[in-house]
Amino acid sequence: MLSLIVFLPAVLAVALLLMPGTAPRQWFVGAWIGVSLLDLALVVAVCVGLAPGGGFSFEERVPWIPSVGISYHVGVDGLSLPLVALTAVLFLACAVFALREPRRIKAYVTLFLGLQTVCLGLFVALDLILFFLFFDLSIAGWGHGEKARAAALKFFLYTFLGSLALLLGFILLYLAAEPKTFDIVELISADPLAGGGVYASLALLAIFVGLAVKTPTVPFHTWLPPAHTEASATGSAILAGVLLKMGTYGFVRIAMPILPDTWRQYALVAVIVGVVSVVYGAMVALAQTDVKRMIAYTSVNHMGYVLLGVGAAGILAGGDEQARQLATTGAVTQMVSHGLITAALFLLTGVLRDRGGTYDMGAYSGLAARTPRFAGAFAVAAFASLGLPGFSGFIAEFQILTGALPAAPVPTVLAATGILITAGLFLIALQKLFLGPLRIPDAPGTPRTFADLHASETVPIAGLLVLATVIGVLPRFLLDVIEPASRALVELVAR
Amino acid sequence: MLAWALIAVPLLGGALLAVSGERADRFAAGGGVFLGVTVLALAVAAALVRPAVDAALFAGIRAGLAVDGLSALMVVTVGGATVAVLVFAAGEAELRTARFVGFVLLFAGAMLVTVTATTLAVLLMAWEVMGAMSWALIGYHWCDRASVGAAHTAFLTTRLADLGLYVAAGAALAGGVGSLALAELSDAAAPWVHVVAAGLVLGALGKSAQLPFSFWLSGAMRGPSPVSALLHSATMVAAGAYLLLRMVPLLETTGWAGPVVAWVGAATAVLLGLVAVAQTDLKQLLAASTCAQIGFMVLAAGSGGVAGGALQLVAHAATKSLLFLAAGAWLVALGTKQLGGLRGAAHRFPLVGVAFTVGAASLAGLPPLSLWVSKDAVLAAALEHGVALYVAGLAAASASAVYSAKAVWYVWRPLPADEPALEQPPTGAVSGAMRPPLVVLASLAAMLGILPLFTTGALAVVPAPAVWELVVSAALAVAAVALTWRLVVRIGSPPPLAGWLGLEHAAHTVLVRPTLALAGALARFDDHVLDRAVDAAARSTVSAARALDRRGEFSIDGAVRAVGAGSRALGRLARRPQTGQIHQYYAQAAVALAVLAVIVIVVR
Repeated sequence: MLSLIVFLPAVLAVALLLMPGTAPRQWFVGAWIGVSLLDLALVVAVCVGLAPGGGFSFEERVPWIPSVGISYHVGVDGLSLPLVALTAVLFLACAVFALREPRRIKAYVTLFLGLQTVCLGLFVALDLILFFLFFDLSIAGWGHGEKARAAALKFFLYTFLGSLALLLGFILLYLAAEPKTFDIVELISADPLAGGGVYASLALLAIFVGLAVKTPTVPFHTWLPPAHTEASATGSAILAGVLLKMGTYGFVRIAMPILPDTWRQYALVAVIVGVVSVVYGAMVALAQTDVKRMIAYTSVNHMGYVLLGVGAAGILAGGDEQARQLATTGAVTQMVSHGLITAALFLLTGVLRDRGGTYDMGAYSGLAARTPRFAGAFAVAAFASLGLPGFSGFIAEFQILTGALPAAPVPTVLAATGILITAGLFLIALQKLFLGPLRIPDAPGTPRTFADLHASETVPIAGLLVLATVIGVLPRFLLDVIEPASRALVELVAR
Repeated sequence: MLAWALIAVPLLGGALLAVSGERADRFAAGGGVFLGVTVLALAVAAALVRPAVDAALFAGIRAGLAVDGLSALMVVTVGGATVAVLVFAAGEAELRTARFVGFVLLFAGAMLVTVTATTLAVLLMAWEVMGAMSWALIGYHWCDRASVGAAHTAFLTTRLADLGLYVAAGAALAGGVGSLALAELSDAAAPWVHVVAAGLVLGALGKSAQLPFSFWLSGAMRGPSPVSALLHSATMVAAGAYLLLRMVPLLETTGWAGPVVAWVGAATAVLLGLVAVAQTDLKQLLAASTCAQIGFMVLAAGSGGVAGGALQLVAHAATKSLLFLAAGAWLVALGTKQLGGLRGAAHRFPLVGVAFTVGAASLAGLPPLSLWVSKDAVLAAALEHGVALYVAGLAAASASAVYSAKAVWYVWRPLPADEPALEQPPTGAVSGAMRPPLVVLASLAAMLGILPLFTTGALAVVPAPAVWELVVSAALAVAAVALTWRLVVRIGSPPPLAGWLGLEHAAHTVLVRPTLALAGALARFDDHVLDRAVDAAARSTVSAARALDRRGEFSIDGAVRAVGAGSRALGRLARRPQTGQIHQYYAQAAVALAVLAVIVIVVR
């Protein structure tokens, strides 16, 4: 079942490659939408069939390179299933948004289908090398499709370097295990580096750096803003919504359960890196005049909260199990919430660029009169992103802050100021773009028609925001999936 | 079920209207009134039935709603104020939109959740939503930059204070109150219980516009008058006082929190009372008065007088919303809210004038109106905690009499000969929809003083004010009113008081400008240092590669070339003996034999 979900988009991609590029564009996008809907339906079926409790469901294992212990091992649990669902939803939303895509549609669709397979595969992978394979393919797959050479090159080299550090960590784990294996489930139960030590610290350092570059945390985040500015709307939505989650997912799937003693030893480092990312990301976002760069830096801020949560889950003193479980659940919820909300924001900035030609906030003013639906959607997305209750962001951030404060009081209080700074920066953005007298950037020749949202734009954006609102108002349906797995993770970290 | 219906009706109805946008404008006003009446009916039912529900929210933390004595008073107050405001707003053409009515209903739903919440998580959620709705409603005229700026100031100031609530939630968890139930917060372990108390006090003071957060309420007056009546007098700003009243056991447990809260309340009541006296704009006067009157509620909470504070809350809600609606009616009809411009307004529109006077009389604390009774209940509780607090309270009460009399004096002056400067085009009439709420609220403002006769249990007024206290406060109020009536024109507007104690400017200088400067500096650091460091690392790798190519390769290649050159040199050397001359070959052979012989002899 899981392999079907993962490889269905790739199969369609191969099929579409055989079609001539001059075929009607609606066929390509329609096929993409159809496969995404089918994938989402299959994911929902997996959700229904998920075994209660903390273990893995729908496991499949096929030996691949037995001499080094590498196998094709996939499975889902409460930590990865929300991310798989998030991926399916986001790619579906991008597929609908792509109905108005003006560029070479065949290459565009096949590339995104390949990326969909890679993203889905990473979240279900239960073998370190399989994880790494999908991790690296996501870098190659994403970077190739964009025209801006310098940003793509920077993105590729920087994140590739991080993935090499990750590979080094994986190899260190492999060499420490007895019998030697790359399988995540076996490594978790074997706990090869129990007791810590220099070797374990090096392994964790390598893995931490590799994941920190992808997340991204300060100071490894400088590749993110240029990558976003040069990307298309759907490209940014996938980058922020899914690719960044690969880093944070690596922390909860690999770093924490396989290296519990070392994680506990250095948990405060994770907390501090998280807090610095929160405050630094928010402050730099406050100073931006380019709306895409601003949202990119808020991604750094939101991912900082995740790191704060997983770090606090490793600090045993000061908090009881309820606090650590809240922090972990909040971290996973933040991954899902940030994916939905920031993807919606990037699709909205794509609309802005499509109508006005620029991302510079100073070029616009008073758009609420001309495009009320766009203004309303942007306002809702902005408030969701700043953590207003009623949306998923608050559910995540409240759990993280409440769960982390007993373990690390002072860092958590500092991180809480982040919600004030993000409120300020989004209000400033709303004021600059939508309020006041009307001003639109000059088009060459005739004045621009600044049309409101079309149906193909409204459906994905509204869908993502509705999902964020449902999670914000009725969070139990998501938390019931995450909580057993986060409880199991907290116990693994504490052993 | 009743509790869920009570919050679901306004929240869902408001959300539906707000999202529908302009398409629903036609039925917005009527639909709003209908929903408001439904909410009021549900509120009255809930106050009688006293339901309690809860549901799972997070791990170990539940979401609970319950209506007890204090909440019953509050839900009826919120329901009533919402209906009054929605009816009034139906009379103003600009406000008959789905956006306005939707946001007002959403706000009402959030306020109802706040006053019925039994756990801190739900309280915080509703608290923040109220703040967002306040932003949306203050900035309703979004074309006006000043309104939007004021909305931002209000939202960000209250959000800063709300950080206290977030910290309090975490501290409660750390202190062992895993359920975050409000009733159990005072059981938290030390030192966390002090953090919890400090956080809750901070959040409450910010939301209630007490010192030092009072300045945001001044800017909030840029919103429409019904918004000022509902949010910024009757309900939202009172939510902070409500929270403190509910948390009186926690304040008493910590020892320091009660006195701090009482003194902040007293100080706000006195200082903001003086600020109100110095105002020349009617809405600003009423806003400063709101801060001061809520100061009384906060003083009551700090002194443990829950009943007095609750009574003050209800009486103030009726009185102040009445005054704001009257001011709004005059603003729409006459186009100005400056006191000088409102001369004779009561003569031109007598119904509004009489209602305004009744409200102002209640605000002044004249017997036997509602605020006189409630203020004395508060002062009786304050007296138990020291004469200084009581005296401060009396001073604040005198100030309230002064500014109430000032406002009434202006509106009852003879009609002016010249046209005053206008702030918006006047309509010249008070529409029919605006009158009923004014009448109802005026009667409530007058009669709510009898409420203590009906409250029992937790809301019984204990300690009850003694007869001499009642007489003293009544005499002070009458004297202050009489003195003001004679000397109004001599009341000046000293700049510190007129400018709301300069707090907004201070907040800008101390908080906003340094934050923006730091943000710019960090952005420059990010672009020029961090990013360039990464690029520099890449460039240095390329130049290291080139250097390696030029020098390293060259040296290694040079070693290989040296071997080749050396071999060639050796070869040249080896050619030297081949001269072709026999005598030299003989000489070479002789030398070689001699060397061989020496070697043989030495080796042997």
